Amino acid sequence: MGKTIVEKILSDKSGRDLKAGDIALVKVDLCYVQDGTGPLTFVQWEKLKKVANPQKTIIFIDHASPSPRKELSNDHATLRKIARRYNLILSDVGEGVCHQVAAESFISPGEVVVGADSHTCMGGALSAFATGMGSTDVAVAIAYGKNWFRVPETIKFEVEGEFNDGVFSKDLILHIIGKIGSNGATYKAMEFSGETIENMEVEDRMVLTNMSVEAGAKTGVVASDEKTRKYLKKQGRGKSYREIKSDEDAKFHTTIKIDVSSLSPMVALPHHVDNVKPVEECKGVKIDQVFVGTCTNGRIGDLKIVAEILKGERVNRDTRLIVTPASRKVYLQALKEGTIETLIEAGAVVTSPGCGACVGVHSGVLADGERCLSTQNRNFKGRMGNPNSFIFLASPATAAATAIEGKIADPREYI
Amino acid sequence: MGRAWRFGDNISTDLIAPGRYFHLRSNLNELAKHVLEDARAEFATQVKKGDFIVAGENFGLGSSREHAARIIKIAGIKAILAKSFARIFFRNCINIGLPCIICNTDKIDDGDELDIDIERGIVIDKTKNIKINFNPLPRIMLKILEDGGLIEHLKKHGGFSLEG
Repeated sequence: MGKTIVEKILSDKSGRDLKAGDIALVKVDLCYVQDGTGPLTFVQWEKLKKVANPQKTIIFIDHASPSPRKELSNDHATLRKIARRYNLILSDVGEGVCHQVAAESFISPGEVVVGADSHTCMGGALSAFATGMGSTDVAVAIAYGKNWFRVPETIKFEVEGEFNDGVFSKDLILHIIGKIGSNGATYKAMEFSGETIENMEVEDRMVLTNMSVEAGAKTGVVASDEKTRKYLKKQGRGKSYREIKSDEDAKFHTTIKIDVSSLSPMVALPHHVDNVKPVEECKGVKIDQVFVGTCTNGRIGDLKIVAEILKGERVNRDTRLIVTPASRKVYLQALKEGTIETLIEAGAVVTSPGCGACVGVHSGVLADGERCLSTQNRNFKGRMGNPNSFIFLASPATAAATAIEGKIADPREYI
Repeated sequence: MGRAWRFGDNISTDLIAPGRYFHLRSNLNELAKHVLEDARAEFATQVKKGDFIVAGENFGLGSSREHAARIIKIAGIKAILAKSFARIFFRNCINIGLPCIICNTDKIDDGDELDIDIERGIVIDKTKNIKINFNPLPRIMLKILEDGGLIEHLKKHGGFSLEG
């Protein structure tokens, strides 16, 4: 019997012949925490006090970064001290969102990656088994270099067809989550395959794997291919490429076929990610703040699309546009290419790389009754710091069109 | 025995441990004063030690923040009963020794007096005088729960004890 991608990786890293449903101790290649989960991780870790692999253990300061208040500054100070003392890697203020920096600089195909952040699953776009865990689980992985896992069944998504102009991978994943629901893949892996995915750049695949957890999945994965090799090479890590794909006779939990050729731009309405509608059905809803950024859609391609749509236009006077590049690399490239200039000329505010407004502690907390359209991955009540506000999720192109009109707009009219 | 606190479907970790209290994460007793306040404002002040949370589908979806599980435990909750749980939250609860029970919660109303037998897999609703059966947890999770959490499990056995 053939194996799925996750069965292959977990078998390899456990030294056992595993199939879905098995429970095994598995070697962990990379561990990371962020400033929201790291302090608790190291409280737990103190009880074990050993590091299996210091240079594969990363502390990211990205969530409340730079710190908006003293309690968080103290947490940051603690994390910095631990990183220095135990020779761990520190990714400090301004370096960017953990998942983005991990993808750029650390994650390789075939690895097992655990992060104390639910969107760690994004790393599956590089054909790793990457999954979010709580602080205690990550503390254990840091100390022992392994943890226990139940091998997940895989739901295979076979995606065919070409996106229409103005429709992107964000629209595809919102469509999928709307279809299967926020618990449609609980405890499972989601594998994205088919001609549409093969033609998709790695950075756009990251949007799919990032949001897999919004359907409850343990991870999202894509088989590695020439595009993976090209991405790693561009990051100066070409040698870490490895081919990993599911066997022809692998057993999948289910296979879901999707044709994107008639897909519209999609919007998730408050307060649930699976409350998804095509943009045609929510056009005209007044929006107070547009936020472009995050591990989901704060990459160079995302910023470029927003700039292309905004070039020569102005952000609506009743709306504000906040742009937060996902990493220092993204920020620098956008600066060099003139993207940042275009955004600022159009009226955008550009903040330092990191999670930005998505976390609800700084850089764009909403007022009572306000509506925000964001390129982030979550719209739960209270997510952006105010339970009396409303969050809509969409692609960067939809965000840009919305910023111009001050109400939810169809990006196809601007492309 | 404790009372049932009813919640609906899709209770997110943002509802359990709101992001606006991010700065209290290193002060869990303070954070616990706000547990679930956006879902039920009176819960944090009125919950008593030994009470139960009873919910619908997909309890604990969203962020990996283990603080959500911890402040529910600090509030005194003995176990969470739901039709289904989000994966990371479920594992976080087990890791800190807070039982999560997957069972049909339809018949349990807010305020019902409950008791639970984790070993035998039975929830007893004393108000309704009914028993609800549930499938016991996987063995490794039961072991971690019995040992009081994952770190305690590792310390007790000198490492992982996946077998037996």
